[in-house]
Amino acid sequence: MGSRSSHAAVIPDVDSIRRETGFSQASLIRLHHRFRALDRNKKGYLSRIDLQQIGALAVNPLGDRIIESFLPNGSQQVDFPGFVRVLAHFRPVEDEDTDLDPKKPEPLNSRRNKLHYAFQLYDLDRDGKISRHEMLQVLRLMVGVQVTEEQLENIADRTVQEADEDGDGAVSFLEFTKSLEKMDVEQKMSIRILK
Amino acid sequence: MGLQLERDFLNEMTWMALVFHLSRKVTSLVPESCLLILLGLVLGGIVLAVAKKAEYQLEPGTFFLFLLPPIVLDSGYFMPSRLFFDNLGAILTYAVVGTLWNAFTTGAALWGLQQAGLVAPRVQAGLLDFLLFGSLISAVDPVAVLAVFEEVHVNETLFIIVFGESLLNDAVTVVLYKVCNSFVEMGSANVQATDYLKGVASLFVVSLGGAAVGLVFAFLLALTTRFTKRVRIIEPLLVFLLAYAAYLTAEMASLSAILAVTMCGLGCKKYVEANISHKSRTTVKYTMKTLASCAETVIFMLLGISAVDSSKWAWDSGLVLGTLIFILFFRALGVVLQTWVLNQFRLIPLDKIDQVVMSYGGLRGAVAFALVILLDRTKVPAKDYFVATTIVVVFFTVIVQGLTIKPLVKWLKVKRSEHHKPTLNQELHEHTFDHILAAVEDVVGHHGYHYWRDRWEQFDKKYLSQLLMRRSAYRIRDQIWDVYYRLNIRDAISFVDQGGHVLSSTGLTLPSMPSRNSVAETSVTNLLRESGSGACLDLQVIDTVRSGRDREDAVMHHLLCGGLYKPRRRYKASCSRHFISDDAQERQDKEVFQQNMKRRLESFKSTKHNICFTKSKPRPRKTGRRKDGVANAEATNGKPRDLGFQDTAAVILTVESEEEEEESDSSETEKEDDEGIIFVARATSEVLQEGKVSGSLEVCPSPRIIPPSPTCAEKELPWKSGQGDLAVYVSSETTKIVPVDMQTGWNQSMSSLESLASPPCNQAPTLTCLPPHPRGAEEPQAPLYPPSDPRPSFAFPPSLAKAGRSHSESSADLPQQQELQPLMGHKNHTHLSPGTANSHWCIQFNRGSRL
Repeated sequence: MGSRSSHAAVIPDVDSIRRETGFSQASLIRLHHRFRALDRNKKGYLSRIDLQQIGALAVNPLGDRIIESFLPNGSQQVDFPGFVRVLAHFRPVEDEDTDLDPKKPEPLNSRRNKLHYAFQLYDLDRDGKISRHEMLQVLRLMVGVQVTEEQLENIADRTVQEADEDGDGAVSFLEFTKSLEKMDVEQKMSIRILK
Repeated sequence: MGLQLERDFLNEMTWMALVFHLSRKVTSLVPESCLLILLGLVLGGIVLAVAKKAEYQLEPGTFFLFLLPPIVLDSGYFMPSRLFFDNLGAILTYAVVGTLWNAFTTGAALWGLQQAGLVAPRVQAGLLDFLLFGSLISAVDPVAVLAVFEEVHVNETLFIIVFGESLLNDAVTVVLYKVCNSFVEMGSANVQATDYLKGVASLFVVSLGGAAVGLVFAFLLALTTRFTKRVRIIEPLLVFLLAYAAYLTAEMASLSAILAVTMCGLGCKKYVEANISHKSRTTVKYTMKTLASCAETVIFMLLGISAVDSSKWAWDSGLVLGTLIFILFFRALGVVLQTWVLNQFRLIPLDKIDQVVMSYGGLRGAVAFALVILLDRTKVPAKDYFVATTIVVVFFTVIVQGLTIKPLVKWLKVKRSEHHKPTLNQELHEHTFDHILAAVEDVVGHHGYHYWRDRWEQFDKKYLSQLLMRRSAYRIRDQIWDVYYRLNIRDAISFVDQGGHVLSSTGLTLPSMPSRNSVAETSVTNLLRESGSGACLDLQVIDTVRSGRDREDAVMHHLLCGGLYKPRRRYKASCSRHFISDDAQERQDKEVFQQNMKRRLESFKSTKHNICFTKSKPRPRKTGRRKDGVANAEATNGKPRDLGFQDTAAVILTVESEEEEEESDSSETEKEDDEGIIFVARATSEVLQEGKVSGSLEVCPSPRIIPPSPTCAEKELPWKSGQGDLAVYVSSETTKIVPVDMQTGWNQSMSSLESLASPPCNQAPTLTCLPPHPRGAEEPQAPLYPPSDPRPSFAFPPSLAKAGRSHSESSADLPQQQELQPLMGHKNHTHLSPGTANSHWCIQFNRGSRL
């Protein structure tokens, strides 16, 4: 235990990070370890290239977008609090998270925030809406080569139409949430080890 | 006597069947398995009373060789694989640890009971005998669990855990049973330490070996179905044959046969489903379900009947009561303990209610009964007592627990499974979530479940699917595409259902059929006025206004042509054992169906959008106007309304010549006959490209439309005269006036249907020219929908492409088109060239902008 706490001391602002993200001490230590392993030249931050070095991300169809999501607002680097903040979206929802007092800000791993994370992967131009074009791009990444472009477009059309309620030809975040009403997002967007 | 017996049987059967059918209430309260067992008891009683001896028995040989495999195959094949693998850890734990725990604790406790003197001394059994009994009585039975849980509808996770456990514990049961049995036969004194080790080792051999056998056969099966394109008729047979071969092979090698069939079904499904034809899929599905439910019925009936035979069993209250209490108690204890451990690792912990249902759902069934019958009376002197106890346990769990589990689930408010229709959004986002999680696991550096699943999917995509699937079948297995396809089918079918009367279209507002009194409204001027914004009121548009009346006439002409059915043709009678061809009646029906479907789909799109539209932005507009499909759909979807007229009027006609038809008929037998629902509309490209007729035509070679002859007006239409060389333009989308934004919807559903329905060819098409409709070149307002080509499936024959049309935008994806366009024929396209005898030809109402 002693080694752990001494390890935790290495992390700057460990307490405020914990408050914000809800990660346990052990998770934070593990993540910090990982963070430093990814940080090649001990810069203290991760650059885009550092993230791109992660092998399997290269073959992940959404890899680029996920890397992008780590780098806020077009900056080319992410520090440890930022890194952890993104990962906090995937912390499983626990019982104590549900009965929070309303004064506190919504935890990062709430259903809404989980969905919002996914939403902004679609919404490339950050206008709060998934346009047909954006939907098509995602579909192209996901579906693979066996479906022709034309059919992809048809699928994209239909997908947008299906979720689109106000008829503006795009999916807003509200509509996005509604289309996933029945899905157990808390389960599908959580990773167990990120407690 | 025999006759009497027979009659009794029949009477009884009919009477019971009547009761079952008449009172839904009975079946909704009482699980079928209970009723069947009771029915079996009654039947057995009658037989016993009449014949003075039990005639029928559940023979272990019959049970394991013939009754069990269909049920297991059915459950393995239709196992929701994603759910299964998501919960694999829990399932394996319960199946292996749970079964071992149950067997040993129950056996030991019963032995303790005997030591305590609560079991009558005439039950001559030692510790090993009780362990043997524990091993056969401890396993949760897949047949019983399936029969009861299917009616309870608990949530999927709970169901898959209980059911998966019951399937996978077979390996453990078999091993335990065999090991204990051999120990008993050897006599406890002769058992040495190495034998125990062997027992443990055989557990692994039996389970892993069984799974391996199953996977090998799954691989073989998938590979075989890849090459059955020309012998569609044997596809279902292959599935059953190879799965059964897996069962027998495993059984012969003393491996876990249940595990083998489960893995075979689980492993092959994805590839087999993609490879075999639509009809084979249906056949496999229903045959499998029918066989399984037949087997299930027989098993429960025989269980009831066998129980009556009192010569086989001997009663001991202490043993029976003790066993009942112990299996319930240790099952509950085991579940609680294991769940506690599992919950440390589970993302969504199993809560107390789940645990109660899991403990209570541990039903014993025919497997235990068959195993106990198999015991050797000379080696196991207490066999008769064990038989009686097993019967009681099975009856108690199936009847009492089966009856009460439904109220219990209701009372505990267990999360029920909810069926909701799949939506494209859900499917897409679910895939997104999977990829996101895999990526996050990468970033975190923890190679967990998502990571490995992602890995597996990549491996599958790269190698396995390439090897085991037809090239043309890839698409079907894409889940997003699949959902999209099914949605379209559903829409189409619901429209046929709604429509009622097919030809009396007066009540319907079909965009393709302007009703007589609304003709005036469809006129171009009206349209322009309606659309309000003069954004594209260029001179050319006004040019077309002049000929609006002509256009309408032509539309009506083709509409009428399309609406009339072609006189019946005679078809060659083909009679073959190995090839099924649709008979004429079926074709005729299809023909009618397709015509209607086509119209409905068109109208569907517009009505759907109408609803959307009015919901969101109510617009003051006369309802009478709303009937006007053109004007309506023009406002569809809230898109900017400055569409020009040229967008809204694209009348495309198809002419299919007789020769084409003949050819399709003659070559019919060697083609696929697997299309369930065929939608007529085929894209131009397809018709043009195919020397061999496309799938839809193969199945339904009769022309859905009378080849319309061009009206005079068309021949002399001003926009025709300018471009004589462009005259040949084929589309099967007959007589359509579909406005552009509706066309998007229309095409979207049509092209998906047609492309799936028609058998893709294996070879890459030899044709070189298949640019999609080069829209940008001819339409000034194309940028309004830059990514959407509303008629993307339209293409031009080579001659047209050369005729000065720009296809620069499409040339880039030309190779891809060739590669992917599965609809293209590959034989020849000689008779495609305009002017040959069997040409398709067509007239397009060109758009105003090109005038």
